[in-house]
Amino acid sequence: MSANELPRWATAIALPVLNLVSALLVAGLVIYLLGESPVESLAILVNSAVLNPEGLGYTLFYASTFIFTGLSVSIAMQAGLFNIGSEGQMYIGGLGLTLAVLALDAALPGWLMVPAAIAGAALFGALWAWLPGYLQARRGSHIVVTTIMFNFIAASLMNWLIVSFLIPVGEQRPASRLFAESAWLPKLSGILPVLGDTPLNISFLLALLALAVYGLAVWRTSWGYKLRAAGLNPHAAHYAGVSIAKTIIVAMLISGALAGLASVNSLMGSTHYMALNFTGGAGFIGIAIALMGRRHPLGILLSSILFGALIQGGFDLSLEKSNIPPETFIFIQGLIILFCGAMENLYAPALAALLKGRKA
Amino acid sequence: MIDEFLPRPATGERIHMQAAVEFRQICKRFGAVQANAEVSFGIPNGSIHGLIGENGAGKSTLMSILYGYYQAESGQILLDGQERKIRSSQDAIKLGIGMVHQHFMLVDNLSVLDNVMLGNEGGFRLAGHRAAAEAKLKSICETYSLEVDLHARIEELSVGVQQRVEILKQIYHSADILILDEPTAVLTAQETEALFDVLRLFKQQGKTVILISHKLQEILDITDNVTVMRGGRAIGTVETAKTDKEQLASMMVGRPIQTELPRAPYRPGAAVLEVAGLNLRNRQNVGLLTDVNFEVRAGEIVAIAGVSGNGQSELMEILAGMRLPTSGKIDFLGKELPLRQRHDADGLPAEFRRLGIAHVPEDRLRDGVIKDFSVMHNTIFGYQDQAPRKFGLLDFKAVMERCTELLKKFDVRPADPDLRIALLSGGNQQKVVIAREIAAAPKLMLVGQPTRGVDIGTIESIHAQLLALRDAGVAILLVSVELEEVRSLADRILVMSGGRITGELKIDEFDTTKIGLMMGGMHKS
Amino acid sequence: MSFFDDLNFASILVATVRNAPVLIFAAMAGLFSERSGVVDLALEGKMLASAFVSAAVAFATQNVWFGILAGIGISVLLSAVQGYVSITQKGNQLVCGIAINIALSGLTFVLAQFFFQQGGRTPDLGEARLHEIVLPGAQALADVPVLGWLYGSLIGGHTILVYLAFALIPLVHWIVYHSRFGLRLRAVGENPHAADAAGIHVERTRYLAMLCGGVLCSFSGAYLAIVQSGFFLRDMSAGNGFLALTALVFGNWRPLHTALGCLMFGFFAALQIQIEGVEIPGVGKIPGSLIQMIPYVVTVIVLAGFMAKSVAPKAIGVPFVKSR
Repeated sequence: MSANELPRWATAIALPVLNLVSALLVAGLVIYLLGESPVESLAILVNSAVLNPEGLGYTLFYASTFIFTGLSVSIAMQAGLFNIGSEGQMYIGGLGLTLAVLALDAALPGWLMVPAAIAGAALFGALWAWLPGYLQARRGSHIVVTTIMFNFIAASLMNWLIVSFLIPVGEQRPASRLFAESAWLPKLSGILPVLGDTPLNISFLLALLALAVYGLAVWRTSWGYKLRAAGLNPHAAHYAGVSIAKTIIVAMLISGALAGLASVNSLMGSTHYMALNFTGGAGFIGIAIALMGRRHPLGILLSSILFGALIQGGFDLSLEKSNIPPETFIFIQGLIILFCGAMENLYAPALAALLKGRKA
Repeated sequence: MIDEFLPRPATGERIHMQAAVEFRQICKRFGAVQANAEVSFGIPNGSIHGLIGENGAGKSTLMSILYGYYQAESGQILLDGQERKIRSSQDAIKLGIGMVHQHFMLVDNLSVLDNVMLGNEGGFRLAGHRAAAEAKLKSICETYSLEVDLHARIEELSVGVQQRVEILKQIYHSADILILDEPTAVLTAQETEALFDVLRLFKQQGKTVILISHKLQEILDITDNVTVMRGGRAIGTVETAKTDKEQLASMMVGRPIQTELPRAPYRPGAAVLEVAGLNLRNRQNVGLLTDVNFEVRAGEIVAIAGVSGNGQSELMEILAGMRLPTSGKIDFLGKELPLRQRHDADGLPAEFRRLGIAHVPEDRLRDGVIKDFSVMHNTIFGYQDQAPRKFGLLDFKAVMERCTELLKKFDVRPADPDLRIALLSGGNQQKVVIAREIAAAPKLMLVGQPTRGVDIGTIESIHAQLLALRDAGVAILLVSVELEEVRSLADRILVMSGGRITGELKIDEFDTTKIGLMMGGMHKS
Repeated sequence: MSFFDDLNFASILVATVRNAPVLIFAAMAGLFSERSGVVDLALEGKMLASAFVSAAVAFATQNVWFGILAGIGISVLLSAVQGYVSITQKGNQLVCGIAINIALSGLTFVLAQFFFQQGGRTPDLGEARLHEIVLPGAQALADVPVLGWLYGSLIGGHTILVYLAFALIPLVHWIVYHSRFGLRLRAVGENPHAADAAGIHVERTRYLAMLCGGVLCSFSGAYLAIVQSGFFLRDMSAGNGFLALTALVFGNWRPLHTALGCLMFGFFAALQIQIEGVEIPGVGKIPGSLIQMIPYVVTVIVLAGFMAKSVAPKAIGVPFVKSR
């Protein structure tokens, strides 16, 4: 059996798990070299992020953001595009959200304000992804480099906008004013008090909805069918009548919109204002999630929760162990992208040989 | 008549004493296909030897064995009377064998000199060896009257000159035997003449040339002897001076098997497809299609015969909407196809499908299916927008039912709709594609190489399906390199060579010699 | 005109010369791997890694040269890893590059924190840095108008890495176009099948190219940490790795033109510092963050094909699989 003929369960579950474990083993090694016990660290992490109900609340709160950025990168990947720009698209999406809120939060009631703000986030996120998509489709400009550039441009642009226009008079902090309560998302702790006073809010439910819509759209509609065909084999997709240029542009617009929606959780669910660099690397985590979750709704959900746990547990871990700061988890993120993305078939030959051996 | 051309022992012995190359009982198999079967013949020293045959006759395989790319399962190769083991192209080069491939092994952005020096630069500093290399090349150019600017970059050179560079490379590496694989496929008439001058000079120097070609006139013009291959066998070796085109043509295509598949009487209806003045030029302004005119009527099969690479693939792509022509008009059901307003063909195939044109592509893995999709998903490939729906979502239950029916009707094995299509055999993959296109009830069906890579058992069933379609009144345009297939299916035959239609016959005018001539570039007189 | 006085062209030019080396080293590094057919998105990460390691070792040993050597070591190691993933494992080269960048962004901070407990940076090198080289006779010429400044401050007065960077340009040009290695490099990146047919070991050539790139990229990081700031700071590469890639696109993967692109970006960086706070007639003061944007906007314009028809090495990004 060649590596290409591995059964579906092997490629969908066994390989990703092996890759993830490899990444964590390397991470564990580094933690050991930093003078800490990997096992103890893992225990603290699990305890904080999963076993502790309030910690779990935080885990799911972070996961809400990651589900959106994971979806953003995933849908672009379905079209064969490597969208690194989710970070910038999330940032600009936040701008759209903030502008809507600042303009309307006094005039509109909550049930109108929230959808308007969400629409603003999606619209602005999509806009920020449009140009890289267009340039790739019409001029062949490589989307990886253009989206990276747009991340930097977004950072500079937002810096200027926030500092020059959004800081309320008399304030020092580089952030917009506080949003009125009509723009505050209801917390889930109202419904599930066991989760404690955490920022976990209804955007988690929105994220689950987005996962469902993504799953349906990509696998159960003819649009999704064409999207996947274009990503898997553009020649054949052209034969089948798919407009490759249109597919690329639309995929990027949706990808940008999803990244924009990622800003809803932190801006309307948690902080209730927009601060400089509020994105905090969520866009890049989305890349890890898309690769680890293999672009599948369930995979994205599990990966997002895993990363939420890493962030939450990592934060508590850093408080207890000063040698393992939160930045350690950026390192782990890179390892996961490496093993799940660039080396995804590392174990395929060994697995194929194993299965063949058992069959014979 | 064929017997006269089998290599006779007496002749064989004579050739053996002066043979630059002798093949003895060469056998080579690729999976189920016997590419070379007991091939035996000799090539005299200091001659230009033609190797002629249709697609799949085994010529390229044999030469690849000589050049060390493949090893034969059995048989020997003798060079100058000595048996040699050629295990790699490096071995072949050391033995003085050089090969000019159809796809040049040249690095476009490097100069001619750099390309020749690549691999034996003579030291870390290029300048050290450059002068010597340049001098050697200049003297070779003079000896063979090859006019090549050694400092020009490959990408700046015309294809004819690029080929000269390839030849130069082989001579530079002291080749005594030069193999050329379909060298004139990419050349103009003048460039071909220039090439032949070089080959004659090469022969004068006492070297040997092996020319693989399907073009009869060239073989007659330049070779001393010619070996005809068909179906993996060497049918015969003749002195060029003692033969003629008709004889070669009939040896090349052979006597076709009479497969009489049932078909309704030929009563073509109205014209479904009318092609007028179609031209296609590529970016280098080479004419890929020139002034193509023909029509296809309802209820008839028009087959385009010809060796691949003569424009048929491009023609199919244009008719399927995958590519735009440079100029020309195509009418479908009396109305002009929407080509003029477009800059590119992005999304065009969908429009053509909606109008009623179905397409079974030549390269099913590259164009016709998505390997990672299941069989069921592939049955709606190209027709995804017309697939059954429920509440806006694809109704996979209905698609599955339809798929199961199709798999049964077309006898696809295994009849498992959820299986990844990559795991099916080539023949069954093709059945899925054909089933899908037929199920779309088209008015015009474009079919490219329908039985390529398909097992014998499936070939008949595919042919039966196509005939049934024709009997039902669909217009079918078939492109095939297999003359037997053409003969089984066609009502009318068009032959293409060099981007033009070189001849047209009705099925009852079928004549292998005539067709062979047309395929070889000879226009109908 | 007061606008131009404010602008101080002299210091902009000197700053350009001092900004360019970061990009020149990285771009030349990228040139080697990309010319061989391997996409190198990890310039950023390797730059960061060597910045950290060279600053850390230089501080620990109080010897700048040990630092630079250590920086070379780490960068070569990372290039070997990248080569293994891209060439041997035939993995996705884009993902590999991004992964390395992200991993190192985190790891360098963590290690800096671990070793130096200064919030993820290394301690100031103070005296253990490179000294500016004063050209002979610069003192004497100092009072001569224009020439004195030209000789003393523009051409002279820089650290040795600056001179190395500029000397690298003709050296790389010579290697690529006049050496056996360069010929094979170009062949392998353009048509690996032809190179293979000519008896060249495609994978070995690519590995070698990546290792060369590793060495060159390390100087970029060392320059950032040792020369420009005197310490390592989190994420100090700040997108320079991608600007270097853009310079390659701009320069059509040719050493001389690429270097020109690097100078252009260096100029914009210098201009940015000068132009902040300066009143431009008709427009007013341009905010610093918007000027910061300029190199990235220029990159997009170059990539959109508005500046030059850029042709990448034909075989780039495609792992080599022998076809026979």
